[in-house]
Amino acid sequence: MTDPEATPLPAIEPAQAVDVIVGFIRAQMAQTGFGRIVLGLSGGVDSATVAFLCARAIGPEDLLAVRMPYATSSDASEADAVRVVDALGCRTERVEITPMVDPMLAVISDGDSPIPSDALNVRCGNVMARQRMIVLYDRSVAFDALVAGTSNKTEALLGYGTLHGDMAAAFAPIGDLYKTQLRSVAAELGVPSEILDKPPSADLWPGQTDEGELGRSYDALDRTLFALVDRRWTLDRCVRAGLDRELVEWVARRVARMEFKRQLPPVAKVSLRTPGIDHLYPRRRPGSRR
Amino acid sequence: MEYRIALAQLAPRLGEVDANFELLAERLTAALTEGAQLVVFPELALTGYLLQDLVPEVAMRADDPRLSALGGGAPDILVAVGFVEETDDHRYCNSVALLRGGAVLSVHRKLYLPTYGLFDEGRFTSEGDRIRTVDVGPPIGRIGLSVCEDFWHPSVPMLQAYDGASLLVNVAAGPSRAPGSAAGLVAIAGWHKMQDTYALLGTVPIAFCNRVGNEEGLTFWGGSRLLAADGSVVVEAPLWEEALVVGTLETDDLRMQRYGLPLLADERLELTRREVDRIIAARADLPAADEPR
Repeated sequence: MTDPEATPLPAIEPAQAVDVIVGFIRAQMAQTGFGRIVLGLSGGVDSATVAFLCARAIGPEDLLAVRMPYATSSDASEADAVRVVDALGCRTERVEITPMVDPMLAVISDGDSPIPSDALNVRCGNVMARQRMIVLYDRSVAFDALVAGTSNKTEALLGYGTLHGDMAAAFAPIGDLYKTQLRSVAAELGVPSEILDKPPSADLWPGQTDEGELGRSYDALDRTLFALVDRRWTLDRCVRAGLDRELVEWVARRVARMEFKRQLPPVAKVSLRTPGIDHLYPRRRPGSRR
Repeated sequence: MEYRIALAQLAPRLGEVDANFELLAERLTAALTEGAQLVVFPELALTGYLLQDLVPEVAMRADDPRLSALGGGAPDILVAVGFVEETDDHRYCNSVALLRGGAVLSVHRKLYLPTYGLFDEGRFTSEGDRIRTVDVGPPIGRIGLSVCEDFWHPSVPMLQAYDGASLLVNVAAGPSRAPGSAAGLVAIAGWHKMQDTYALLGTVPIAFCNRVGNEEGLTFWGGSRLLAADGSVVVEAPLWEEALVVGTLETDDLRMQRYGLPLLADERLELTRREVDRIIAARADLPAADEPR
């Protein structure tokens, strides 16, 4: 389907990327006056990578990794999350979200089964992702920490995430790394190989995999996104270079359709000075430091 | 005659002018113990880079006593430092001041404000409109100041060379465009190639001081360096991290380089002006002037 030479995967220098991101995390802490970080640890490669990066930046004792399984979450995921905690020696906590999620699922599902149909899968997945956000932001107050985001660039561009759920964070260390780049960065950091080698999954329902749900491989998606976004290629040029037209059109449409997930909501301007339009400041400045 | 230049590659704190004055004073002291006669700080060293609407809050006039105090204790030392300048008519410029003993010898206002890609400078600051050099006396002679993006327009360093500069000083706050990949290193290599070329074509030494550190999601790359008039590297700071590097230039090297490679002496400025006038007229679809003005 693809010509690997004409439409390469995005390149990465893992050691250099790690240095840059560790510097970014330290700068975020310095600018905000926070000394601690909390994150949700699923057992997947994204959150494992962020955990390793944060531990390197601020030390494991100031990192709280929260495991938040739902009743249907796989035991293997949690075992992998524990592997990360053991490797880092960071703080950890287990908060099962089932008793918080099930009452809401009962409200939105019409039958006995909590997760019946495809249409409801998305709604139920969103409820779980948002419940995890609630737990993380609660712990961020208790632990006096910033919430580290674990979304990657592939997800952000495709809008493959839950607004105000897994996309909610104070900063995004891997938000400019494609999924296929993450594996080499994770390997550089020493993320356990069991985590690197398994198929990516949001683990919102049994048997779910990202590639199954998206209907495309990360390899094909990242080649396409790299051509369209980073290299600014037209659709036609992508196709001429060997990418499948249906894939390219699907990706381009999805990137455009999901723009709303990457921006703050527009504000109706009615005054002389409006946040986000002509009231523009760096996110952190002297007055915002604690 | 030899003279020493220090490049203070540092990470200013965004919007914290007082803290940055302290940081610079500390580095200045360190540079003086190294015997530097000129100490160069990065672009916007006193304010940080991604200021947006903080610009009027951190701006100062060129005669601000805080600026005068910088280096005021060392009367013979030259200091080049980037700051936000508020002009008499309240324009806000990204400027570099050249100070000696607390007196302002010269101010250069950034001419080219990048407003594309990851840059948004033209929205918050006003562009300068002068390309000048300033005579600081022996051993350095005439200095041509510029700020970062100015160097991506060869007219700036070359006009300063034609104007008699015996040293070009470029201060920068360069964020890496792709710090996690080889593409980022290629972009940095582009910056360095460009400086090598100006030194060679202008037969002029170059002091380039770039900042490091992070602001929001941006990472500044450093890589400050001092080049001799033949384009060779005298001293170079590392990428990404703070450093104070000091190098020595020899005025005889400039003299003999210009004898052996008399590019400036051979330059035909009137020919350049005629053709520039013609191009300006043609681009505006106007008739060319008969005589050079």
